[in-house]
Amino acid sequence: MKFKDLFKETFSSLLMNKARSGLTVLGIVIGIGSVIALVAIGQGATSSIESSIESMGSNLVMVTPGAQQGAGVRISAGRGSAKSLTAEDVEEISKLSEAETVAPVVTGQYQVTAKGTNTRTSVVGVTPAYADVKSIEISEGVFITTQNNKSSSKVAVIGPTVRDDLFGEDAIDVIGQNIRINNIIFKVVGITIAKGTSGMSNADDMIYIPLSTIQRFLTGNEYLSTINIEAIDQNSMSVLQTEITSLLLDLHNITDSASADFTVTTQEDMIESASSISETLSMLLGGIAAISLIVGGIGIMNMMLTTVTERTREIGLRKAIGAKRKDINTQFLVEAIMLTFIGGIIGIIIGGSAAFILNYFDIISTQVSLSSVLLAFGVSAAIGIIFGYYPARRASNLNPIEALRYE
Amino acid sequence: MIECKNITKIYKGNVEETVALKNVSFTINDGEFVAIIGPSGSGKSTLMHTLGALDTPTSGKYFLDGKDVSKLSDDELADIRKGKIGFVFQAFNLLPRTTVLRNVMLPLMYAGVPLEEREKRAKQSLEDAGLNESHFDHLSNQLSGGQMQRVAIARALVNNPSLILADEPTGNLDSKTGDIVLDTFKKLNEQGRTIVLITHERYIAEHAKRVIAIKDGEIVEDTLQGNKNKTFNAIKE
Repeated sequence: MKFKDLFKETFSSLLMNKARSGLTVLGIVIGIGSVIALVAIGQGATSSIESSIESMGSNLVMVTPGAQQGAGVRISAGRGSAKSLTAEDVEEISKLSEAETVAPVVTGQYQVTAKGTNTRTSVVGVTPAYADVKSIEISEGVFITTQNNKSSSKVAVIGPTVRDDLFGEDAIDVIGQNIRINNIIFKVVGITIAKGTSGMSNADDMIYIPLSTIQRFLTGNEYLSTINIEAIDQNSMSVLQTEITSLLLDLHNITDSASADFTVTTQEDMIESASSISETLSMLLGGIAAISLIVGGIGIMNMMLTTVTERTREIGLRKAIGAKRKDINTQFLVEAIMLTFIGGIIGIIIGGSAAFILNYFDIISTQVSLSSVLLAFGVSAAIGIIFGYYPARRASNLNPIEALRYE
Repeated sequence: MIECKNITKIYKGNVEETVALKNVSFTINDGEFVAIIGPSGSGKSTLMHTLGALDTPTSGKYFLDGKDVSKLSDDELADIRKGKIGFVFQAFNLLPRTTVLRNVMLPLMYAGVPLEEREKRAKQSLEDAGLNESHFDHLSNQLSGGQMQRVAIARALVNNPSLILADEPTGNLDSKTGDIVLDTFKKLNEQGRTIVLITHERYIAEHAKRVIAIKDGEIVEDTLQGNKNKTFNAIKE
């Protein structure tokens, strides 16, 4: 039997039962479509999380107070509550050769008011090094200076979101105006460039004030919330992590590293654990979609079995006029594969466009990869073969005499 | 040419064996028009399946055009059917919702004949079977019973078989259209085709030139034209 004939036969038998073929194809369309769309959502999430962690700065190592809990990233909620990091730690860390820049930070949530408007936001006490470590750029005015820190000046650099909240979106001449943080008057000296959400915090919704100021007027103690360290290069991050750990254990007089009162995290750790979360998410989404694909496959098998039973006499006739076992087997297998293949193509188009639309209208960031398309294609063909195999075999094994007699 | 030598067919059931054919031997020459007649359960269907290479005998030899068909595998039998046998069934067995022409072209597809030739030969067969060209593009389910059976006859003719096997071809037709179909067989026989017609009706068998009567798995009479009554009497209860 020639290939061309096979296709003609297949098409005409599929068209003979348009509604049934259509519904069966729909099962595969939904399966493949959801695999494509959900995997795209998962991959989009992975890449956006990774890029936002990267935007936090480069070669970043962070020391936070509180005990290490497992291998994962510590949730920032614990930050600031434990008190263990001091200026002395910062000084010692600065002496390490792998540490390029060290930026100690104290953070807090405070009520901020200006001219009758008010907002509650993160106030970060920083040194000038913070701008380097976190890649913060200034659009107007200046960043916190060393002089500010020495004199504990009441000056503030605000993020664009804070500016919008306090002064309105079309405010001009914000520099030089006063704001009140916790009822203490600060003078705005700079505004940062919009950076977008970064991991768990929004860098645009922050107020930066001198470290010494926050310690003296707001927290009232000398402890630090975080020490950010920029390593000299990417390779020295893990070395730095080990060195800082042993250094701080020493300084804090702790012998057992398991009871450390601080945690050292590298940017790589964060990316790794964040992507492991989003990979799990991708797998979960893909798994759900795969289940619907299997259900679609069962639909194919169901239809093919019905078809074989319905067309028993036709099979008998085909055998009587000279069709071999192989001819019948191929015909029914190709019918099943054709169904999944058509479903696969439509599913890829629909899933792909769904992913595109979600991304285009900024609903969720998605990423359709060639590998997921190829995988979906392969899987749909495989489903055709797997779920079509048994019905086709059943058809080809029919005895022509009995098949012709079948009522 | 058909040669059957001591053909025996035994069906093995769960409890007991059924002997459907007992030592059946006969020869049918090219160009003959033979009716095989027998009551139901006589073994005529088994004989038809054997002659049609749909099944092989338990013992004995069946030569079709000198080739021993009695010990072939399923696929080898399919090849024999494809090249040498044309079937006409009681229930027509046309592909539903498929054009007349495509139905007739179907055996040629399995034989690997090129498409243009398939169409040419199918049209010729349809004309030989007495079907008007205006019906060629009709769907099989739009035809009357007589037309359907003539399409089936055309399908049986299309691969130019050594033998046309018709199993109760008029069983689903009224007597008038049945006669038209039987006339078609007569005409085809006059053109030199070998036809074997299986029936349980005496009236149908009378159209053939030779009648083989079968009863309880054995041939009870085998007579040529003119002596048919003797044959029919042989299977009377």
